[in-house]
Amino acid sequence: MNAWTRKDLLGLDELSPAEIRHILETARAFKGVGERSLKKVPALRGKTLINFFVEPSTRTLTSFELAALRLSADVVNLSVGASSLQKGETLKDTALNLQALRADIIVLRHSSAGAARFLADRLESSIINAGDGAHEHPTQGLLDVFTILEKREKIEGLHVAIVGDILFSRVARSNIYALVKLGAKVTLVGPTTLVPKVFEKLGVRVAHKLDDVLETADVINLLRIQHERQRKEYFPGLGEYVSLFGLTKARAARLKPDCLIMHPGPINRGVEIDSDVADGLHSVILEQVTNGLAVRMAVLYLCAGGAGLPS
Amino acid sequence: MSILHITNGRIIDPANKRDEIADLWIADGVIVEKSAIRNPQSAIETIDASGLVVAPGLIDSHVHFREPGQAYKETIASGSRAAAAGGFTSVVCMPNTSPVADNAGTITLIREKARASACVNVFTTGAITKGLAGEELAPYGAMIGAGIVAITDDGHCVQNHGVMRRAVEYARMFDLTVLDHCQDYSLVGGGIMHEGEWSLRLGLPGWPRAGEEMIVARNILLAELCDSPIHCQHISSGGSVRLLREARARGVKISGEVCPHHIALTDDSLQTFDSNYKMNPPLRTYRDIDAIIQGLADGTLDILCSDHAPHAFYEKEVELDQAPFGITGLESEFALFCDILLHKKKALTLNRIIEMFTVNPAKLLSLDRGTLSVGAPGDVTLVDPDLEWTFDKQKSESLSRNTPFHGARLKGRAVRTIVAGETVWAV
Repeated sequence: MNAWTRKDLLGLDELSPAEIRHILETARAFKGVGERSLKKVPALRGKTLINFFVEPSTRTLTSFELAALRLSADVVNLSVGASSLQKGETLKDTALNLQALRADIIVLRHSSAGAARFLADRLESSIINAGDGAHEHPTQGLLDVFTILEKREKIEGLHVAIVGDILFSRVARSNIYALVKLGAKVTLVGPTTLVPKVFEKLGVRVAHKLDDVLETADVINLLRIQHERQRKEYFPGLGEYVSLFGLTKARAARLKPDCLIMHPGPINRGVEIDSDVADGLHSVILEQVTNGLAVRMAVLYLCAGGAGLPS
Repeated sequence: MSILHITNGRIIDPANKRDEIADLWIADGVIVEKSAIRNPQSAIETIDASGLVVAPGLIDSHVHFREPGQAYKETIASGSRAAAAGGFTSVVCMPNTSPVADNAGTITLIREKARASACVNVFTTGAITKGLAGEELAPYGAMIGAGIVAITDDGHCVQNHGVMRRAVEYARMFDLTVLDHCQDYSLVGGGIMHEGEWSLRLGLPGWPRAGEEMIVARNILLAELCDSPIHCQHISSGGSVRLLREARARGVKISGEVCPHHIALTDDSLQTFDSNYKMNPPLRTYRDIDAIIQGLADGTLDILCSDHAPHAFYEKEVELDQAPFGITGLESEFALFCDILLHKKKALTLNRIIEMFTVNPAKLLSLDRGTLSVGAPGDVTLVDPDLEWTFDKQKSESLSRNTPFHGARLKGRAVRTIVAGETVWAV
């Protein structure tokens, strides 16, 4: 039986541990491609990929675009400003038009949870979820796990703390699903308003004191914290947030010597993470970005049924 | 004289506590004694109801027909055909049309349209507040003159308790029934599904039980303050049932109703992001289902209805958070309630299910229907409580197809709908 039979990647909740491991192994093969001077393989030559971003993004878009180019696919980027969604066309109709243009792969970023699933159920094209509302951001979850695995032999038994605005975070959800499936012990840390206790039903622990997890964490993943429109009723302000949940120098000094510090970016220096800590020895933040390319190459390759895995 | 003779059926007429095998006679649209049939030359239409239940015509006290304004979703004519196909001889329409039914003119328009095009009795409600905006009272006196049977801001909820208090007090002057859609906006916010494990998993904004319970509690307090009844629409939360039970035990004039989807489905249905599982209030958990069924069994909740809410396919065929709330229900509800309450859970007898579809809504809304008493309108529904069938939305009489029950195998069905002595639908 094939290790990968899906046309879409919608989320990590629905994947088996074996499927997650298969993507990670494929990504390992592709990472080598990025280290060469000639950073390109013909795996998706002749395939057309459309980055359909209905919600603004720069780093994820760039990463998917580069990943597709390195696989020799033809790439078109369609962002919301240029799309007809603003003229009243529905998501479905716009996507059907992309399919009519014979897009083999549509990478979708959208503010509505379930948007990728919605298209995947209705289109022949492969749909890759590049973030759907607060639901999932599967390639981010995969690249985080990939980065941990590069530094540790296995995920099983590791204590991973995810800190911040968990309630509204698709990055947190995809991390939770992957890490729990692979056997990590996950603790979610943040204010009670953003980390409700019901999250325990997902097989994780919930904590509201960052200081309690510092000494046992093997990995600490800090989410970008925002204090904009809809968050004002969730916590009083960034100052109090930093004092309770910011990874300050003093807190970083209490981490295990080999603890990994991760962040999906873009980072707020001095808010969720101290500026020096972000640049320090524990930090693997930029390696995450590099690994994101390899993971996205693997995902595109697998979902589009590409051939010619690099040796 | 036109005469209908229904023979050998099991007559269940909860209004008269009647349950017996007998014949029923309808002459010129009115239920009569056999002795009243004096003209043997008249053509007598006979329906053999052997093995069937002869019930008063069923009443659905909570439907949305979309005229005026959104006839592409449902017209009064199509909605009334769907009602007939579900066994309903009477429906009560909610006022959130476009324009809103918050004035005598719009009510008159709806009533005239119904008179001209509906195959069942169509009753109308008016808004509590102008434009459903929750601020100024609509003209109840004028709307009663035009024929409303209740007021409600259904789909919306008056948030200002002072405004609601005055609405209830003012309505009391006319003995006008007040219905309320219970939703606290500050607690619900942009919530689109039950707040719990599944809303967290799916990353969808939660609609907590407390968002309903807060307004149920408010209505209990206002019903006491004003010494006037309030009826809470489409109860979804087990906590609301507890609040209603406690208040009713103290004699507070408060009541509640139940829709089939709230006892048939749970919040995990949304894991496929299918908008046919998106309704307001939302699907909740097995705990809530058990509490609601318990509330029906002990009489805390005493009315069954559909909240029939048709939407065009293309309107539901969008991202989940952008899809409108609501599902159709008229053609599946009676069967669903029979299937769940009578057969699967054995929580209610058929007599009580019929009671909650006939005499109870008739009492709440002061309708001269819901009974087979001599002199009552000849509205009758024939029921086969053991008929097994499959609901096929493609055969629906509604203009819309937004139902999660397509393909459901159900036990129990209304098989003939008779309005004023005329069969308007039969299986």
